[in-house]
Amino acid sequence: MLNNFPLWPEQASTMAGHVDALYIFLLIVTGMMTLLIFTCLIFFAARFRHRPGVRAEQIEGSIPLEITWSVIPFIVFMVIFVWGAAVYFKERTPPSGAAEVYVVAKQWMWKLEHAEGQREINELHVPVGRDVKMIMTSQDVIHSFFVPAFRMKQDVLPGRYTVAWFRATKPGVYHLFCAEYCGTQHSGMVGSVVVMQPAQYEAWMNGGSTGPLSATGEKLFAELGCSTCHRADAQGRGPNLQGVFGKPVQLEDGRTVTADENYVRECILDPGGKRVKGFQPIMPTFQGLVSEEQLNALVAYIKSISADNSGAVGKTIKATAGTAAPSVQIQSSTQPKAQTNAQPNGSQVQ
Amino acid sequence: MPDSTLVGLHHEEQHHPELLHHFAEPQQQRDAASLGMWVFLATEVMFFGGLFCAYLIYRRWYFGDFGAASKTLNATLGATNTAVLICSSLTVVLAVWAAKTARRTLLLVSLGITLLLGLAFLGIKGVEYKDKFVEHHVPGASFSFDKVPLPGHPGQYANPRHAQIFFSLYFIMTGLHALHMIIGLGLFLWLLIMAWKGRFTPEYNTPVEIGGLYWHFVDIIWIYLFPLLYLIDRHP
Amino acid sequence: MSMPTTIPQPVERENYLNKEYGVWSWLLTTDHKRIALLYLVSITFFFFVGGFFALLMRLELLTPAGDLVQADTYNKLFTMHGMIMVFFFLIPSIPAVLGNFLVPLMVGARDLAFPRINLLSWYLYIIGGVMMMHCMLTGGVDTGWTFYAPFSTNFTNTKIVEAGLAIFVAGFSSILTGLNFVVTIHRMRAPGMTWSRLPLFIWAHYATSIIQLLGTPVIAVTIVLVAAERALHLGIFDPKLGGDPVLFQHLFWFYSHPAVYIMILPAMGVVTEIIACFSRKRIFGYSFVAFSSIAIAVFGFLVWAHHMFVAGISIYSALVFSFLSYAVAVPSAIKVFNWTATLYKGSIHYDAPMLYAFGFLGLFTMGGLTGLFLAALGINVHVTDTYFIVAHFHYIMVGGAVMGYLGGMHFWWPKISGRLYPEGWARLAALIVFIGFNLTFFPQFLLGYMGMPRRYYDYSHMPEFQVLNVLSTAGATVLGVGYLLPMVYFLWSMRYGKPASDNPWNAAGLEWKTASPPPTFNFDEEPVVTWEAYNYEELDAPHKREVPVAR
Repeated sequence: MLNNFPLWPEQASTMAGHVDALYIFLLIVTGMMTLLIFTCLIFFAARFRHRPGVRAEQIEGSIPLEITWSVIPFIVFMVIFVWGAAVYFKERTPPSGAAEVYVVAKQWMWKLEHAEGQREINELHVPVGRDVKMIMTSQDVIHSFFVPAFRMKQDVLPGRYTVAWFRATKPGVYHLFCAEYCGTQHSGMVGSVVVMQPAQYEAWMNGGSTGPLSATGEKLFAELGCSTCHRADAQGRGPNLQGVFGKPVQLEDGRTVTADENYVRECILDPGGKRVKGFQPIMPTFQGLVSEEQLNALVAYIKSISADNSGAVGKTIKATAGTAAPSVQIQSSTQPKAQTNAQPNGSQVQ
Repeated sequence: MPDSTLVGLHHEEQHHPELLHHFAEPQQQRDAASLGMWVFLATEVMFFGGLFCAYLIYRRWYFGDFGAASKTLNATLGATNTAVLICSSLTVVLAVWAAKTARRTLLLVSLGITLLLGLAFLGIKGVEYKDKFVEHHVPGASFSFDKVPLPGHPGQYANPRHAQIFFSLYFIMTGLHALHMIIGLGLFLWLLIMAWKGRFTPEYNTPVEIGGLYWHFVDIIWIYLFPLLYLIDRHP
Repeated sequence: MSMPTTIPQPVERENYLNKEYGVWSWLLTTDHKRIALLYLVSITFFFFVGGFFALLMRLELLTPAGDLVQADTYNKLFTMHGMIMVFFFLIPSIPAVLGNFLVPLMVGARDLAFPRINLLSWYLYIIGGVMMMHCMLTGGVDTGWTFYAPFSTNFTNTKIVEAGLAIFVAGFSSILTGLNFVVTIHRMRAPGMTWSRLPLFIWAHYATSIIQLLGTPVIAVTIVLVAAERALHLGIFDPKLGGDPVLFQHLFWFYSHPAVYIMILPAMGVVTEIIACFSRKRIFGYSFVAFSSIAIAVFGFLVWAHHMFVAGISIYSALVFSFLSYAVAVPSAIKVFNWTATLYKGSIHYDAPMLYAFGFLGLFTMGGLTGLFLAALGINVHVTDTYFIVAHFHYIMVGGAVMGYLGGMHFWWPKISGRLYPEGWARLAALIVFIGFNLTFFPQFLLGYMGMPRRYYDYSHMPEFQVLNVLSTAGATVLGVGYLLPMVYFLWSMRYGKPASDNPWNAAGLEWKTASPPPTFNFDEEPVVTWEAYNYEELDAPHKREVPVAR
């Protein structure tokens, strides 16, 4: 019903219903509050308008009333708070096993790369009914990844990863906006999310793949010389990275951190910062030597060598990711997919 | 005080020449001035508070690097400066007492010594700044912090980028503190001139009192800056 | 209430306006009332400059394509609109004009505690304003008024340092005003004027001053850090050098959220006075209204990160800040309920100030209730950085603060100028402003929920947003007329308005017990207060009706 209402944004993700439900609840609650206050205002204003000879009746105040109209709104607020927090926790907790898309934002475009290696610019193709996790970073200023139809928004920061997720429920083409002001062409930093039926998606996926991102990462891992120290046995000068991702890591300074995307990123850029217990500080920094896309590839690779142990992480959208991937030139700039001919049926930008 | 000449018809009684037209009595004027200074100092606390907050966050993030950078500061000069400021606080207290008890010579001498100690502080600070400049520890293009060992981690070196954040905060915090010192010196020079002219009496000495409050505040800021910047990684 | 007949004044008494003439008698004055007028002229100038930018923006958004101005120009327009309206109009508006004029009069003092500091604060404001105008005329700034790092520190090539310095200087002006108010309210009250007899306008200004004093220094030091970072590339906010851009947001919002309360609390104070006077009643629940101001000031400092729910903060800190945001909504709700209850069994008059107060109540209620949407974490993710938030804060800042300001200007205009404004025109203007405002900003709530991001100059990719944008632009035109009208008739009334009596509204409060306009030192004799605030019962007692106030 709501989707036919012209002043309502399209609902195209599993979160949209949750957000809209709370929104409608709030509309009703605040509508009732507004009605109450406005009725009183208008009624009093009319009923107690000045009449010659009638004087105002002085009333000092009333503690029971004050308590009533402090406590009742507070209880209502708490209901909204708890409900809002529950929705937020869903929005902010990516389900395990989600397909991953790496996003690099820059002035003024979105560069997206699927774990399978498909690269896109300002356009994201996803299948219906699949959890998709976005691992996002920015090359310059702060941006914000906003898809109104999914009720999803997350700032994209330089120097770290932020994460968002969604599960599309309806084929169509939906707006993708940059919601955090980022300079001259801020309003040009728009794109679209194309949600497709799984079969069409497969077809799209098979056209022009460049091999999985983790394969790019693996190649890079060797080219940068990482593999000389981080060997797949216990003999290396660096920690063995097999199966590390997603697990707790003991640090030299006694702390324990979880090896998530941000930790891997930090270790590449600032190896001295959170060094693993029992290893010498011999790793050089790769700050300035690897691009954001290459970092993503490395992170994807390190994930993939852990995925063998726990199937939960690093799943790719397509179960049969291209194995015989053509070798890819690491330095080459990202190429947008030339054709997006796999348009879903009868869907328009709303 | 030019305003006092404007006193119009609304005052019948003769009042103290320093009493401004809009106050009813000297006590009210004193209270107002003193409260005003306290309130102003509250804003100053928030001003430095933002910097302390930034410092604490980065200290936690870059614990070792901050320690390494802190160790390159000259703690002897810092300690000397702390002593200088504490002594100046003593002379300020003496000046306030002298003004309240009409001891003109003591007032002039105390104010004079305070000024000298303040200048000494800035001089020592200048020497420290010069050293930092020579060592290329001033943030910017020529900043260099290579191969400085990380405390507690043998064989490891501090990250120059993180040390640069330490030095940025060092220069901004001590620089703003020095700016407050310079303002304080101007204030005390004015107090010295006024005292020389014999303007302060046991009845009227609010400027000395609130000037003193300001000076103590600037001292207290230093008392926090000194350990946070110089002493965080010194062990006996 | 119909205008009481004015008392004929054959010889104009000496007052603060006619005591001295000449430019220097104004530029070197230490009289709080003259300084208030200096502020009035300056903030009106900035209001119309900022309003002009807003109008240009609305015109650009009339069509989806970016066809009126360039992207860069548009970005500068909304930046300068925000900076000027926030730092050079809204923050000084009620405190520096009405507060400056009325705080000493209301507490029964001859002047503020530090008259020369008061003048200094106006000069600082002007220096900041001149810097801002210079910055604007020589290129402007394109960062948005929030000047987020690292865009502001490492990327934009516009004059962010100069604009920052202008805000820094204007900030000190704001601090000095707050300092003067706090000391005056503490130390300069007339005999008998106890805290519980203070008008609620004074309580609101006291709470405002606390925020000005404790919040402004933090934005000042943030600006210092941004300027240093920009000049020297220190790395404090630059992730490439190990810094944290989110720290900037924390420091920025630590001031800029409470700054919203700097704008709205004084307006609440104004509206409280107006409602009491025009319903001829003591305010319902005086102490609750008074302490809710203080509560707002205190809680207001604890909710800053609710601007950052999608900025990458942890979900647990988001939880805490969402909770506290609901906590700060309670004192605001208390105020609205108490104002409404004050009307009950009143004797309500519909003069222009009361119409503005009604407008305030309606718009502030809607602004406040939409705040509940934004504080709800789940909805915030969707609507933050969209037109929903633009609409929300305009309902508070323009619907709330500006309505309060205009209401106050009408209420105290007879006291300020000694003249009556034309009542019919004033009622018409109040109506136009109310209609124009809703037409401008209500469609923006809908736009926001549909997903239109803020700070977009070109929405040709989403033409479905056009209808609502056209409505909004139409409303802005109406609103512009509504704002021009009062300026015209206020100016007109200074020369042609009927002379006002000392107390044309028969209102309570010490400011009405002196002449209109007041003499330079406010009261011919030091007042001694023996009555409670809002003693409308006594004022309206039949035997006192016709007695002119003793001089």
